[in-house]
Amino acid sequence: MQVVETDAQLVARCRAGDDDAWRELVDRFSRYVYAISVQAFRLSEADAEDVFQEVFARAYEHLHRLRDDSAIRPWLAQLTRRLCLDAIRSGAREQLGDPPEPRDVDDTITRLDEALVVHEALDMLSKDCREILDRFFAQDESYRRIGEALDLPPGTIASRISRCLVKLRGELEGRNPAAVESGG
Amino acid sequence: MRDHDEEILAERLRALPTPPQAWVKAAQEIPLARRGLDDIVDRARADQAFRDALIADLERALEGAGYEPDPVLADAVRSRLSL
Repeated sequence: MQVVETDAQLVARCRAGDDDAWRELVDRFSRYVYAISVQAFRLSEADAEDVFQEVFARAYEHLHRLRDDSAIRPWLAQLTRRLCLDAIRSGAREQLGDPPEPRDVDDTITRLDEALVVHEALDMLSKDCREILDRFFAQDESYRRIGEALDLPPGTIASRISRCLVKLRGELEGRNPAAVESGG
Repeated sequence: MRDHDEEILAERLRALPTPPQAWVKAAQEIPLARRGLDDIVDRARADQAFRDALIADLERALEGAGYEPDPVLADAVRSRLSL
């Protein structure tokens, strides 16, 4: 079982000038920032890269402005959203007028928030489970490739994935039993 | 219970793909870049020849001064020195 710092603890360390904490913060939120730009706003890879770097550059510069350290996630989401809109507007200026924000941005960000909670729970699992679930689901690797990378017989990958999903589910239920009761 | 069904978990794990590693590394190195940035800006303000070299060819001047001329650092130098 891993011990993972809260977002607020991590932000406090970043603000104190701890480079390791900054690396961890980027690691923790990099998928989230990337997903907002390519899934909610459907940016091209080139625009997504610009937004990605600008989000973290601004976050680093303005971290002291964050009033509530535990609000880093919505703050980053808002920053990403604003920069994605800038990128879309900048692209549209070369064509005609200001394009509207894509319709389902709020729904997509809500879905990504939920996904981030699952990824946080994933971080609490053993290294073996984290790696196998991440490789299979997030990186879309085949059983064969996972087997080669982790030195496991391909025939055992499916059962390991299933066992790790059960552990992940247990971790989530331990964190938020109310959601289990209510179904939401 | 549905929120934690394995199918839903799988969908949520898939929803956050990994960004290219180079992007993550560049973002993680922002503090280092910023520290180099302060030195570069101070030197450019004190040393006109270095400033002229930055104006002429920023990436080459940075490299010549021993800095990794990555785009994040180069953009920050341009912005701080209004080049």
